[in-house]
Amino acid sequence: MKPNALAEGIRPGRMEPEALAEGFCDIHPPLTPHEAAVAADRCYFCHDAPCIAACPTEIDIPLFIRQIATGTPEAAAKTIFEQNILGGMCARVCPTETLCEEACVREVAEQDPVEIGRLQRYATDTLMEAGVHPFERAAPTGKRVAVVGAGPAGLACAHRLAMKGHEVVIYDAREKPGGLNEYGIAAYKTVDGFAEREVEWLMQIGGIRLEQGRALGRDVTLGELRQDFDAVFLGMGLGAVNALGLEGEDRSGIDDAVDFIAELRQAEDLARLPVGRDVVVIGGGMTAVDAAVQAKLLGALNVTMVYRRSRARMNASRKEQDHAARRGVKIVTNAVPVAVHGNGAVREVEFEFVEDDLTPTGERFRLPADQVFKAIGQRLEGEGLPEIDRGKIAVTGAGRTSVEGVWAGGDCAAGGDDLTVTAVAQGRDAAEDIHAALGR
Amino acid sequence: MANLATDFLGIKSPNPFWLASAPPTDKEYNVRRAFDAGWGGVVWKTLGLDPAIVNVNGPRYGAVWGPDRRLMGMNNIELITDRPLETNLEEIKAVKRDYPDRAMIVSLMVPCEEEPWAWILKRVEETGADGVELNFGCPHGMSERGMGSAVGQVPEYIEMVTRWCKANTRMPVIVKLTPNVTDIRKPAAAALAGGADAVSLINTVNSITSVDLDLFAPEPTIDGKGAHGGYCGPAVKPIALNMVAEIARTPELSRLPISGIGGITTWRDAAEFLALGAGNVQVCTAAMTYGFKIVQEMISGLSQYLDEKQIALPELVGRAVPNVVDWNALNLNYVTKARIDQDKCIKCGRCYAACEDTSHQAISMSPDRKFEVIDAECVACNLCVNVCPVEDCITMERMAAGEVDPRTGEVVREEYANWTTHPNNPAAAKAAE
Ligand SMILES: Cc1cc2nc3c(=O)[nH]c(=O)nc-3n(C[C@H](O)[C@H](O)[C@H](O)COP(=O)(O)OP(=O)(O)OC[C@H]3O[C@@H](n4cnc5c(N)ncnc54)[C@H](O)[C@@H]3O)c2cc1C
Ligand SMILES: Cc1cc2nc3c(=O)[nH]c(=O)nc-3n(C[C@H](O)[C@H](O)[C@H](O)COP(=O)(O)O)c2cc1C
Ligand code: SF4
Repeated sequence: MKPNALAEGIRPGRMEPEALAEGFCDIHPPLTPHEAAVAADRCYFCHDAPCIAACPTEIDIPLFIRQIATGTPEAAAKTIFEQNILGGMCARVCPTETLCEEACVREVAEQDPVEIGRLQRYATDTLMEAGVHPFERAAPTGKRVAVVGAGPAGLACAHRLAMKGHEVVIYDAREKPGGLNEYGIAAYKTVDGFAEREVEWLMQIGGIRLEQGRALGRDVTLGELRQDFDAVFLGMGLGAVNALGLEGEDRSGIDDAVDFIAELRQAEDLARLPVGRDVVVIGGGMTAVDAAVQAKLLGALNVTMVYRRSRARMNASRKEQDHAARRGVKIVTNAVPVAVHGNGAVREVEFEFVEDDLTPTGERFRLPADQVFKAIGQRLEGEGLPEIDRGKIAVTGAGRTSVEGVWAGGDCAAGGDDLTVTAVAQGRDAAEDIHAALGR
Repeated sequence: MANLATDFLGIKSPNPFWLASAPPTDKEYNVRRAFDAGWGGVVWKTLGLDPAIVNVNGPRYGAVWGPDRRLMGMNNIELITDRPLETNLEEIKAVKRDYPDRAMIVSLMVPCEEEPWAWILKRVEETGADGVELNFGCPHGMSERGMGSAVGQVPEYIEMVTRWCKANTRMPVIVKLTPNVTDIRKPAAAALAGGADAVSLINTVNSITSVDLDLFAPEPTIDGKGAHGGYCGPAVKPIALNMVAEIARTPELSRLPISGIGGITTWRDAAEFLALGAGNVQVCTAAMTYGFKIVQEMISGLSQYLDEKQIALPELVGRAVPNVVDWNALNLNYVTKARIDQDKCIKCGRCYAACEDTSHQAISMSPDRKFEVIDAECVACNLCVNVCPVEDCITMERMAAGEVDPRTGEVVREEYANWTTHPNNPAAAKAAE
């Protein structure tokens, strides 16, 4: 055992390097050609397939699987990318168990769906590893579009616009493009710098200029963008994190889960990344699961995820919950934090059990904690934005905002699912709408 | 994207994928949807004279499945169209008018007299169709009435009817052949002699797919009885490929264009028919199994293949024909040995069982289940390769010239030599005398 394994406090080096490497390796390793052939053979090529309807980007799944089955994964990749230019990332991060694979007729009939996600990865990896970008830009239109945010929504929008011949400038506040693909998604879902490679591959379309480190509201205003460009797309995601609203929330050791994850994703050496011995994660979504599992993989001894409602209401899918449990994360439900204890640094969090409608029960308990992650949702930040609807930018149709010439999509827009794939779909559809508007 | 546009007998279509004459092409509704899905052409379901024939009112298809219910072969006891001739003709005209870039071929089968043939050809011409296909292939129901394969099995009839048709129409005439013959070259030669512009093959193969062991009747069973049907789908592809190749490699028949049919399910199947000399292909069972949409995979797959090979579609047609030879032209100095890749081997022992029990006892098995080829026994039959469940685990490796084949003790020779000159061949010995 490493000397640090049992030590209290937030410290690095709790795990042996081999264990670290094993924990953070590819969660679903790529299929070999033989495995892909066998997996593809299970697809029935359903008519008007339910999996297509269940995919927010409506990829023609039976067709691409048939293309794999007939030995042309490159053609399969093209089928995927025509609908979803981030099909490579989506193959890795989509909760397929609640999307396409849940709808698969074999899931319904045998509780064993066709492995659509892994097959999609097989196809997209094949084409991307060959360095092939399957699309060409249309002749330049002379129109210019500003895209704010280089996350999935912004990238999908920019790519589609560039393909149509428009000139695109992407403004992104961070140092690297990719949005949460680069800074958020769990490390074991997208290994080996895939997010970065994917952006480079996507940019091969040409006609897109990336302006990193340039934030809307800080370095440029919406008014300026509207003046300088023929259209603007807002895809800046959700920059701020919801607070618990507890006394003592500012104690050291209490962090935003997304910051911890971002730091983890950018860490050169995981062995040097500090983590607590007793970690408490508050929240029930994908972010909570990812923070909890990765804390465990870094070597935290006890990791407890506490969610205020029942397991069935958790945003994280059953599969994600089981994944967390398998990794040794303890999941407590129907409990809300009521107090943070400790002197300077956090020592304990006190919870109260609640009914499903959040009525307090009076039953309380405390969890030892030297590190607490808040994962109770992100929210939109920024001023001078178009009309807001329940905390997000109000949109109609394919992402039209209240402001003429300004579209929005992805997490920052109202009505989405906060998934990579919905962000891609909305970015793409907004691009089509912008293209139509610019042609008028 | 490779250009898949095809010119077959002057009939142009955007790709070489046509739907064969069968239920998928039996009415306007189907054909419009097929064209919308991307099919390059259709051969309309065979027309006959009124009153229209009747079909059975119980099941007309039987099937052979893989363990996961993948349809491997299908048979049918359906006849030609059972709808009135005028209805079909009107629909053909309407569809052709709306899809001028697609091939519209009309399949015909009328009694064996010149007059009905002449009459129906005129009626088809009025629709604006691009050509006709003579159905000399249907093996059930129609043959008992002196049509279909009853004509197709008698070369003289084929020649006669083809000649009538050529004399009575300006449209290209394709003769569809039945595989239910011993030598496919004879009917093909008869078609050519009669003036056919092309042949298409194969129609379905006489078959009984299975027997109901409770009813003691063939399937599909109609009221306790069953009739033989016509077999089609993936299972018939090897039969069809051989027949296409036989025609393509026969010098006297080599100028006869071929439309390849039989078990085509993927772009790869289609490419194989094209390589063996088919100028285009027709599909029936695959569309009936999976729907019209499969043509998208055929289009993307064939064009990717052509791009990768950097050849144009016409260059693929017939490219494998020169390599189809008679057995006695095969090089007997081409010596190979099976090789088992120990890293890939999963130690199931199937190769051992196959070779030990039924071949040449050329695989050894150690107590720890290591399987190795004994070169001194291996005749290179390929059985182990074919039964091995792991792809590329067992391969055939050629011995270099100069090496000694441990099985025969002879030095492997560089030069090509076949049976015709082999010392064991009495004919060869005679020629040398
Ligand atoms: C920890 C975590 C794990 C997740 N795991 C999954 C998963 O497994 N599967 C899944 O489908 N979804 C997952 N999600 C959700 C998914 O990542 C998001 O839904 C998706 O990234 C949204 O894309 P987007 O383009 O709208 O926003 P983002 O990805 O957030 O991208 C927004 C971009 O805008 C930039 N930006 C922000 N503000 C400004 C500004 N003012 N000016 C300029 N640029 C700005 C940011 O730097 C960023 O690059 C996860 C989310 C989190 C937080
Ligand atoms: C149900 C059924 C009906 C058919 N009817 C006809 C027909 O009317 N005329 C004809 O020329 N061939 C007919 N065929 C034969 C097909 O056109 C084709 O030659 C054969 O099925 C082989 O191709 P496949 O393996 O792609 O199905 C029929 C086949 C099937 C399965
Ligand atoms: S395929 Fe259609 S017509 Fe045929 S048996 Fe089934 S439902 Fe009836």
